[in-house]
Parts: sequence; structure tokens; C-alpha cells
Amino acid sequence: MIRQHLPALQVILPLLAAPACLLLRRAGLAWLFATVVGFATFAIAILLLRQVLSQGDITYALGGWSAPWGIQYYVDPVSALVLLIVSGISAVVLPYAARSVAREIPSERRCVFYTLFLLCLAGMLGIAITGDAFNLFVFLEISSLSSYALISMGQDRRALTSSYQYLIMGTIGATFILIGVGLLYVMTGTLNMQDLAQRLPAVATTRTIHTAFAFLVVGLSLKLALFPLHLWLPNAYTFAPSVVTTFLAATATKVAFYALLRFVFTIFGAEYAFNTMPLGPTLMLLALLGLFVASAVAIFQENIKRILAYSSVAQIGYMILGISFATVTGVSAGILHLFNHALMKGALFMAVGAIFLRTGSMQLQHLAGIGRRMPWTMAAVVIGGLSLIGVPLTVGFISKWYLIQAALERGWWPVAVLVLIGSLLALVYVWRILEAAYFDAPAKPDAHIKEAPLSLLIPTWALVLANIYFGIDTSLTVGVARQAASLLLGVQP
Amino acid sequence: MSQALLLQGVLALPLLAAVLIIISGRSPNVREGVTLISAAGLFALVISLAPPVVDGARPALTLAEPFPGLPLVLELEPLGLLFALVASFLWIITSIYSIGYMRAHHEAHQTRFYACFAVALSAAMGVAFAGNMLTLFVAYEVLTLSTYPLVTHAGSDEAKRAGRVYLGLLMGTSMGFLLLAMVWTWSISGTLDFDPGGILLGKASNTVLSILFVLYVFGIGKAALMPFHRWLPAAMVAPTPVSALLHAVAVVKAGVFTILKVCVYVFGLETVTTLAATQWLLYLAGATIVLASLVAMTKDNLKARLAYSTISQLSYVILGALLATQTAVIGSAMHIAMHAFGKITLFFCAGAILVATHKTEVSDMRGLGRRMPITMAAFFIGSLSIIGLPPMGGTWSKWFLVLGTLETQQMLLLGVLMLSSLLNIAYLLPVPVRGFFSKPKDELADGVKEAPLPCLIAIVITALGCMALFIYPEPLYRLSNLILSA
Repeated sequence: MIRQHLPALQVILPLLAAPACLLLRRAGLAWLFATVVGFATFAIAILLLRQVLSQGDITYALGGWSAPWGIQYYVDPVSALVLLIVSGISAVVLPYAARSVAREIPSERRCVFYTLFLLCLAGMLGIAITGDAFNLFVFLEISSLSSYALISMGQDRRALTSSYQYLIMGTIGATFILIGVGLLYVMTGTLNMQDLAQRLPAVATTRTIHTAFAFLVVGLSLKLALFPLHLWLPNAYTFAPSVVTTFLAATATKVAFYALLRFVFTIFGAEYAFNTMPLGPTLMLLALLGLFVASAVAIFQENIKRILAYSSVAQIGYMILGISFATVTGVSAGILHLFNHALMKGALFMAVGAIFLRTGSMQLQHLAGIGRRMPWTMAAVVIGGLSLIGVPLTVGFISKWYLIQAALERGWWPVAVLVLIGSLLALVYVWRILEAAYFDAPAKPDAHIKEAPLSLLIPTWALVLANIYFGIDTSLTVGVARQAASLLLGVQP
Repeated sequence: MSQALLLQGVLALPLLAAVLIIISGRSPNVREGVTLISAAGLFALVISLAPPVVDGARPALTLAEPFPGLPLVLELEPLGLLFALVASFLWIITSIYSIGYMRAHHEAHQTRFYACFAVALSAAMGVAFAGNMLTLFVAYEVLTLSTYPLVTHAGSDEAKRAGRVYLGLLMGTSMGFLLLAMVWTWSISGTLDFDPGGILLGKASNTVLSILFVLYVFGIGKAALMPFHRWLPAAMVAPTPVSALLHAVAVVKAGVFTILKVCVYVFGLETVTTLAATQWLLYLAGATIVLASLVAMTKDNLKARLAYSTISQLSYVILGALLATQTAVIGSAMHIAMHAFGKITLFFCAGAILVATHKTEVSDMRGLGRRMPITMAAFFIGSLSIIGLPPMGGTWSKWFLVLGTLETQQMLLLGVLMLSSLLNIAYLLPVPVRGFFSKPKDELADGVKEAPLPCLIAIVITALGCMALFIYPEPLYRLSNLILSA
């Protein structure tokens, strides 16, 4: 009975739990409640993934209203994987939040914080599960609005301006998406993704559809921070509270990337996007540019969170590069990197948050001697950093392997070379952090900095170990990614 | 014990040792006891695998399968056995030496030192036992990362800068070239297994294979082929036992070992000889041999001189692999062992001199032979082995390499080998000769005497090893011979 309604529960649970957090009035209770909900959504996501893998795609009519009239939820391997990573990250971040939020957010705002967090989670899960183009926009707005508010809760006053910056850019993106969806509706009379996919070919040559395509791609690129539309991201990640940075960095751009996959492959179809429209070369150019510019900028930053933020822009380049190949290997490399990058950036931002908890600073120069004082936290940074570089036995290596393979399959070896040079740039900015932590002598030798508490270390290391586990046993990730990619491209796996 | 279990044990034992070393960090005696016992245990494990491999068995074990159809797998063959035997035996000797050196030199962070050393050995065993290119690559990268803390052991600015060069060049070449070459091979041939005939024969045009071959040779930065050799002199800031075992044996030999593996098992010797790039790479290896020797002559710092000598000697092995005949490959494989014993002796001596007199420059070592006769005598023996003079082991490997150049009519390279031997004499022999026969520049302090006993024991064992390898080269030759006859 309950099994049947899992798709609805996946979204409804955090959505309804969010206002309940406000009613609890006590921060500790709100945290406990939110954590339980986070774990429940994770459990639901696992069940859904298992169901999809064993029994095939799930279609769910919300409220019993079937497709043309009601909203349809649709779970296939791609969405199941995104649901898993988003809810998984929330289940790891929430236990971590207790201490970190207590340090960074004033007590009267903590209940609101958990409310917004759950709303944001509900929005992202909704994007991943819905089968309706307009509904996707609604969920995108739910997650975006709550993330603007979450970012503004940062201690630094610059959090407000960066949140405002994100709000402006995000709203432009959302408006573009809405215009795109509107134009699609005008031409086809439907908002259901599968119906859209069926009716679009008939009108595909019209200028309206071309325009809709352009609006959607640009709008989603803004949301997923594709270079040069990434300008909101570095500030937002730098000044947001540590928990928010971790959660958004590991999920927000990934969900937007998923939405792009859905629109490009499921609704418009690879044929239209890559042969009629010049999406392939455009994305490839921007992805490579972003990869290099953002990595180069990351090398010269003095704030660790900023280094990692620019690194995120670069890593988004890898994901986009994957889909720009428009082959099964390429798209599965993109999906794989979506999953893997969430693991590495999640681990890194959590470790960095633990350092902030103890030192109160994010500047590289204040990191001196941390390697000695916080050995476990820094070990997490080391492994996360190695994963970012793409060292074997970590998830980063798996992503890079498939990206290079995809480039070589197409015969584009210069692209493969550029991908590798990109990982060497990552080596440089990761090593700046490590050198600061391990080599430089601390400025104040008697500072009372000790290892982070277990409530921070355990979640961080859970993700660190996931980085290693999924770097060795890839049967789940690679299996699902390939299946998903074949599905998106309409090829038999 | 089953062979699969033994294979696992060879990787797991040093890792277990690292954990125990960290746990027992507060008690130096226990910690160093753990190191010695696990070193001896590792050698015993490798030895116990030798008879079946010589009899033609190829024990194998699949560890995991990160990519569909491309597992992480261990498989032992004669060349890997040879490398593993040399590295694990010399780990025992180096452990004895380290105890004397690290204590006498009052080094800090000794627990980290011993632990990283053990991890590095596990990685070296992984390189030796790798059953396909992917496994080898994984172990290769672990070796780079686990030796980084050893290179930067001092924690000074100089160490930090050296660490950057070390990591930058080794990771840069392996991520930039070797990984690309590997994925490319995988997409051309659909396998990365080591196959005695090669896996690329006829799979792509000569041009593509040539590019691929160049990518492999430069991608294996640990082989220190010019122009990617700078990391090796940089790594000399490390404590001497690290320079001795890792940067004269385990790490650099992992590099040339990988090149041999690629030539023999990935391309196949037949393919190597037909590639357009081979001749150019041969000349590059020849140039590295001569140039590195010339640079070595200009270095007054003893460890720097030995480092450039190592660069030069590594290219001997590369040369043999590229000549791609049975004789040359035997010479290459034997040179891995011969050079290991010779060079580790020289580094041990350099460290002993440093500990006893705090001198690092060759010009300050005049007259030292009277105070440190055993050390200087061992240095003499090691030098002779590197030069390739009887009665030292180095003679045999050079013999086969020279035969290889004759077989393939590479007269220019024959000249290079001869010239290099002369250069070796010029930069190595002055050290013991002046040590014994010159008057000290300024009177040596009265307290100068031989290095601590553990250091001397280690020096004597490796020096005797150089001689023993001249008298009994038979087992080594038979093992090298098995590589191609299998």
C-alpha cells in the first residue's frame, strides 16, 4: 500500500515537515525532526531506486488525476539516481548541521533554518521526480527561493549581497525557463513531458520552438552555473553558512543539470538538440572555457571556500562536456560525474566547515598548522582533494576515465588532453590548500584549536569513504549511469 | 597457504605494518621492531612465490572490478618477481640502516617516516604484481603519493619546493600522458591485460601506435627520461634511507620496470622494433645517459651527484627495453637488480658520511677513508659495480646491454655505453680515491669515526651483494631469461 505511494511521499514528506519545524519552536527539536525526515527521504529514495532497477520505470498520477489533466510523477534510472544523491546528501548533512548551525546561526533563527532546509530539499526532490514541465518550474522556484534565504543567513554581512546577487540571476534564469515552458505549451497544448516529446516533432521546425529551446537552455545554464553564467556561484558559496554551502554545492547545480538533461534529451530529443540546433559545439566550447578559466581563477584565491566554489564551476564544465558528446559514453560520464562530484564536494565542504568551526577563518594563511591540530579533518580534505584531482581509487578517477574514453571514441583527442590538463590545474589548487595546512608554521602556536567533534567528523568521513567505495565498486553508479544514458539517447542498452 | 592468499599478503603485510607502526609510535623500539619483522616477512612471502613462478605458474587474483571488463587484478610473472625480490630484500637492509641513521641524525616525525615507508613498499609490490595496466597505474600513483611525505620530510621551505617539483612532474606526466595512453589503448584494443605478444599488434596504424608509445614512455615519469628527470634530484632533500631505497630502488625501478612491461607485454617486442618512434626514443635514452653523467660530474654535493648518476643508469634499462631483443631485455632486467645493489650501497655510504661528519660536499671528503675505512671501501665497491667492472655484478647487465646494441647494429649507442662507463669512472672513483689517498683539506675533528653499527651492517651487506651478484648471476639470469621464453 505504502510502496505504491513512494513517489508522492518522496516529495510530500519534506514539504509537509518543513512548516512543522517552525511549530516546534525549539532548535534542538527542529533539528531532530528534520534529521529524521532527512533519513526517511533517503530510505524512500533507496527503495525507489531498487524498484526502478528491478521492475522498470514508475509512473505515478498525483491525487489519482491521470496524465493530461493531473500532474504525473515519473521515476526512471536518471531521476532515481538524482533522488538518491540529493536525499543521501541531506541525510549526511543534517546530523552534521547540529553543531555547525549552533556555531554560525543565531538561536532565534534556527527553526526557520531547518524549515527552509527541508523546503529546499523538497523542491530539489520534486524537480527530479516530476514528469510535468510546469511543475518542474514550480519546484525549481521552491528550492531557489528557500536557498536565497538560506544563503542570506551567513554570518558575514556580504552574505546578504551575495544572496541578492543570486536572487537576481536566479530569477532571470527562472523567468527564461518559464518563458520556454510557456512557448512549448502554446505550440503543443500540453505540459506533460512525455506528451511534449510526442507532439514536438510535428512543430519542431517553427521559430517558436527554436526560441523556446534557446530560452530553456540559457535559463537552465544560469541555474546550473555554466560558464559564463556562473557569476552568482562563488559569492553565494563563500558567504553562505557551511551547512548550506555543503548542501547546495552537492545538490543544487546537480539538480539543474538533471533538468537540462530532461529538457534536452527527453523533451526535445538528442536529434533535435544536437543536429537541428548547435547545442553540441556550444556546450563543449563553454564547458572547456569554464573548466580552464574557473580552475585558473581558483588557483589564485586566498579563501578556501572560494577555491572550492570556483572548482565547482570547473567541475560543472566536466558534466556539461559529457553531454556535449551526445554519445552513450559521454552522457553517462556526465551523469556519473553528477553523482561523483556531489560526493567529493560534499566531503570537502564539510571538512572545510569543520575547520571553520574550530578556527573561525576560511583564509589560507590562517590554515597554518591545521594538519597537526586537526589530523582527521585534514585527512578528509586530502582524500576529497585527491578525488577532485582524479587520482585512482577515488570517484574522480572513474569520472575522468569515462570522459576521456568518450572523447577518444569520438576521435576528439585534443578534448581528452584538455580534460587531463584540467585535472592538473586541480592538482595545483588542491595542493595550495594542503601546503598551507601541513607546511606552514602556525602564527599563534598556543591557539587552542583541537580536532573537530565527532558529530562533524562522522558525516564527513561517511562521504569520504563513499568517495573511495564508489571509486572501487562502480557497479551501481556506472550501471545506472549507462542505463540512464541509453534511455535518454533512445538507444537500446 | 594458497597462492592467491600469498598475493594478497604481499600487498596487505606492509599496509598492516604501517598501521602497527602508527599505533606503536610512542615506543621507538617496538615501532622499529615491527618494521624489521614485516620487512623480513614480506621477503619471505615473495620468496615463497618464487618456485611456482619459475616452474611456469602464474598465480593470479582479482581484487575488484571498477570498470566493466577491466578489473584490478594481481598476477605474478618473472619480471615482477625479480623486481619484488630486489625491493623486498633491500627493504630489510634499509630498515636496519634507517634505525642507525634516523636515531643518530635525530630526525623528527620518525613514526610518519616508517609508516609512509611501509605504504610505499606496499605500492611498489602492487606495481610488481600488477596483472594489467590499470592495476599498475593505480599502484604507481599510490607510490607517488605515499613517497611525497617522505620527500618533504624536513618540512622546510626547500622541502616544500622540492615536493612541488616531485609531485608536479610525477603526477603531471602520469595524469597527462600515461592515463591518456591507457584509455586510448583500452579504446583501441578493448583490453589492458599483459600479454606476452602484446595487445596492440595490428590494432592501429604505425603512426597512432608511435604516438601512443611516446605517450607511454614519457608518461612513466618515474623512469626519469630527460626532459622529465628534474624530480629525482629534487627528491634528494629527503632523509638518506628514502633516497637509498626509494629513489635508487623502489620508485625509479618501478618506472623502468613499467617501461619494460609496456614494451614486452603491451606493445610486444616485435611491434616495438617496427615503430617509427623507437629510434628517436633510443637516441633520447642515449642522450640522457651521457648528459646526466656530464651533469653528475659538475655536482659537488654527493647526493646530487648520485641522483644524476641514477638518471643516467635508468636510461640503460630504457635503452635495453627499446632495443627489444631477447639479449637486451635480459640485460635490462638484470640491470634493475644490479644497479639497485650498487646504488643503494653508494647512498648508504653518503648517509653514513653525513651522520658521522655532517659533510655533504665531495670536496670536503678528502682523507675521510682513514677515519671511515669500511664506508669508503664499500663506496669503492659500489662504484665499480655501477661502472660495470669485474668483480662486481654490474658487469653482467652491461655485458648483455652491449650485446644487445651489437645485435641490432646500433653502433652509436654502443659508443654511448662505452663513453658512459668512462664518465662513471670520472665522477664516482674520485670520491674513494681522494678519501683514501688525499690529505684532508682541514684537519678533521677528533671525534670523527665510523657511522653507527646498524648503518655499517647494512653497507657491508649490500657491498657484498654487489660481489655475490658477479659470482652467482645464475638465478638472476634464469629469471630474466624466463620473461621472454614464457
